[in-house]
Amino acid sequence: MKHTTSFLAALAVGALTATVAASETELTVYTAVEAEDLARYAETFNQSNPDIKINWVRDSTGIITAKLLAERDNPQADVIWGLAATSLLLLKSEGMLEPYAPAGVDKLDAKFVDGDNPPAWVGMDAWVASVCYNTVEAEKAGLKPPTSWKDLTDPMYKDQVIMPNPNSSGTGFLDVSSWLQMFGEEGGWEYMDALHENIARYTHSGSKPCKLAAAGEIPIGISFAFRGAKSKADGAPLEIIVPSEGVGWDMEATAIVAGTANLEAAQKLVDFTVTKEANEMYNTGYAVVAYPGVAKPVEHFPEGLLDAMINNDFEYAANNRAAILKEWQSRYDGKSEAK
Amino acid sequence: MSTMSTNQDTLPAGPDIRPRLSRDDILMRGSMMVIALYLIVTLALPLYTMLSKSFSTYRVELSQYEFQVSDEAGVFDGTILTADELNRQLGVYSDTDLTTGSDGRLPVTGFFPDFSFRSPVMYQMRNTTEAGRFLVGSTLNEGTDWVELDSNTFRRVQMRPVQARGLGNFINYFSTPALFNSIKNSLWISVVSTIVTVTLAFWFAYALNRSCMRFKGAFRLIAMAPILVPSLLPGIALVYLFGNQGMIKELLFGASIYGPIGIVIGSVFFTFPHAFLIISTALAISDARLYEAAVSLRSTPWRTFWTVTIPGARYGLISAAFVVFNLVITDFGLPKVIGGQFNVLAVDIYKQVIGQQNFEMGAVVSVVLVIPAILAFGIDRMVQSKQVALLSARSVPYQATPNPKTDRIFLIYCSLIGLFIVGLLAVCQFAALIKFWPYDLSLSLKNYQFNKMDGGGWGSYFNSIKLAFLTAVIGTTVVFFGAYLVEKSNGFKTGRSIFQMFAMLPMAIPGMVLGLSYIFFFNNPSNPFNAIYGTMAILVICTVTHFYTVSHLTAVTALKQMDKEFESVSASLKQPTMKLFARVTVPVCLPAVLDISIYLFVNAMTTVSAVVFLYSPKTTLASIAVLNMDDAGDIAPAAAMGMMIFYTNAAARIVHLIASKGILARTQAWRSR
Repeated sequence: MKHTTSFLAALAVGALTATVAASETELTVYTAVEAEDLARYAETFNQSNPDIKINWVRDSTGIITAKLLAERDNPQADVIWGLAATSLLLLKSEGMLEPYAPAGVDKLDAKFVDGDNPPAWVGMDAWVASVCYNTVEAEKAGLKPPTSWKDLTDPMYKDQVIMPNPNSSGTGFLDVSSWLQMFGEEGGWEYMDALHENIARYTHSGSKPCKLAAAGEIPIGISFAFRGAKSKADGAPLEIIVPSEGVGWDMEATAIVAGTANLEAAQKLVDFTVTKEANEMYNTGYAVVAYPGVAKPVEHFPEGLLDAMINNDFEYAANNRAAILKEWQSRYDGKSEAK
Repeated sequence: MSTMSTNQDTLPAGPDIRPRLSRDDILMRGSMMVIALYLIVTLALPLYTMLSKSFSTYRVELSQYEFQVSDEAGVFDGTILTADELNRQLGVYSDTDLTTGSDGRLPVTGFFPDFSFRSPVMYQMRNTTEAGRFLVGSTLNEGTDWVELDSNTFRRVQMRPVQARGLGNFINYFSTPALFNSIKNSLWISVVSTIVTVTLAFWFAYALNRSCMRFKGAFRLIAMAPILVPSLLPGIALVYLFGNQGMIKELLFGASIYGPIGIVIGSVFFTFPHAFLIISTALAISDARLYEAAVSLRSTPWRTFWTVTIPGARYGLISAAFVVFNLVITDFGLPKVIGGQFNVLAVDIYKQVIGQQNFEMGAVVSVVLVIPAILAFGIDRMVQSKQVALLSARSVPYQATPNPKTDRIFLIYCSLIGLFIVGLLAVCQFAALIKFWPYDLSLSLKNYQFNKMDGGGWGSYFNSIKLAFLTAVIGTTVVFFGAYLVEKSNGFKTGRSIFQMFAMLPMAIPGMVLGLSYIFFFNNPSNPFNAIYGTMAILVICTVTHFYTVSHLTAVTALKQMDKEFESVSASLKQPTMKLFARVTVPVCLPAVLDISIYLFVNAMTTVSAVVFLYSPKTTLASIAVLNMDDAGDIAPAAAMGMMIFYTNAAARIVHLIASKGILARTQAWRSR
């Protein structure tokens, strides 16, 4: 009898510790994913991993990146889930990421995985540049829809275009870096010189040009496709144009922060982020995801977007970021003073 | 003579007479030290950290890198080349190229004129010290081991800078026209806004104090309304009025509202109450005898105006001008919303820190912004100290006489100003209720679904209320107690004047600068106060410190009206000072205490600049949500949230009014016999 009680007690204690251990793993996850998607992401993850609790820390790309860099010597995050790859490259070059090859990473499109082995980060979905074109306002101003980036330099669009400032916006930077890659260093700057003549103003954020186009503040906003599709769904008279030369893109990606105390749980989370299930989840908002064959067309997304995505060299973008921004600032931020 | 000195030598030394410090004195000095320490930790140290950050530069140290180059067959002959030497021979990088930001990178292939990525030549590279860093692709190499690379990989090598100290950031700043042009822009819009606001506010105050116009009470109320909203709200209203889809954009005759025009109009809106209050106080006091003399000397009204009215109000005018100047030059929200391509200093700080993660350059711009702010503040203080009593015992208060013609003109003028203020607020409220401007004008509450937007949703609204309450309670306690100690403790002159100086300092420090300096100071793992970073506590502390000066001055003014005899009487009755403080001083000064708390509450609700760097995802604020929603292009929800702040502040004001009436009736009964 005595034997059994102690056995039962041991069992109870064992079960207790097990449940405590199971429910006690909490991960601090930094993210720039849209606020309305976060609950859904955590829920889907917890269906297969009920023992790991995610504490989200969400803000815009620039602010989360600044936060991570500021915490360089005293990291607070365990995992980064959903931050621009260019930002993750910046963190990688500071030695802040823990390389890890998640189970099943080989199934992903190689374009979406860091080149190192084991990779420092893995991609989730792509975030593609596009032009938002307000048909109502354009008609009022007597404009013809542009079909290419070069079209936008036509004098007919003078002061009719808004684009994000690459110094503050990730979308703005991916536009600039894609032009430099597509048209070459010299051709790229020449293109921007011409485009600058037509720009009404540069905004701080990347989604604002499209929202301004949606609200008719300006006929043409250089932004990204996802934003355009959302505004169109809200009833804005928008057409989303994919310029014929090709479009720049960045991806949302996932990485483990070096020095995390919860490495095992962090790895489980990253394992989940590359699964087919997770990619299907990303597909609700993003037309292009890392897992081949998963993506279903998203409503209001322009056609031919996937083919238009340029072969983006993220390393070039990250390593030349400081120099490009400096050049951009001296050319356009200074010049616009004269107005 | 000699006998006297002998006498002195022989006499025993008398007792050294020094006033004894009572326990009360020690307690008061101790408490004063605690509050002074608070100001040092929350103000002086962060500012010092920021200043030192502005001298922290990043530089690529070429002496830290060594190379070996193989022949075509891939064999190394052991010759070691340093980057420093190669650069001296070839002149690849100039000194300014080597000084960069924390994110700077420099490729190395330039050191090898024969380099081709197709060549079979191999390279080896290493750091000579542990501090050296270079990237291969995006992988960081920090060790001192040799790394062997083929030509195609070698072109992906980037040298990374290490931290140094020097004036590099300032040199960089002044050699970037895009940056230092902002100085000119900031000064320009501040001067224009100051002239316009002071002129408009002067006539408004004149009408309210020197005419027999009707509806004075209503106008006074309207003039104070802008204080209740964040400075970026007028910017949003102007977008709806004069933007490309604006309701009355024709009035601008094709000019763009995005830029200096928008900033000036918005600045006039949000600085108007400040200028109006100061000038109104100056105009309220005047001696009727001067006007009688002017009339008997047959001076024209115009001449009287310039020789009597303006000189009488000159200190008020100057003070108002500098206060407005300071508010405009340090304001961040308005130029962020409506500035377009017109760069100003406060927005530059934000762009450097949030956009480019260039904290050092942010610190440099902060230092640049502090200079005009401190100058304006210093001149204002100097002018105020010169102000002498205009009213002597023999003065006769001036009373306006009705004049139907001028009264009507003033009524029209004040109505126009009132229309401007109420109009901008009404436009915001209207915009918040429209479904999709300008394509779907049906009314809806869709823009109040803050949880679906950036900025933290409804949670940020409740956070703001929490912040405002905490700031009001804690701030009032600290400020009033501090002011009491400074005013009423005995002796200890040096300590008290140093404390006074510290208490005045926050007024001269722009909110952006304070916020940024808090990042540098509190977000340092070795700082014992590091734990408060990212919490509500740091927001409360920052807000209390930011608005310390005006609260302190209000408290000091109230305390000065209390006779020192209270202290003497309580001392002779052997009552502890703290008892006196609680039983007499606080109840007597209750009007001032309530004023301070409502001032702190309202400002905590509307402040953007100081807290924009300090909020965390758990402590997002309503005012920041307005900024972020506008930034993301959700302008109508931003207007909706801005109006929520307005209604909350207006409600707080009304509660404050009712509470004051109730409490004052009981505590201030002694004032009326």
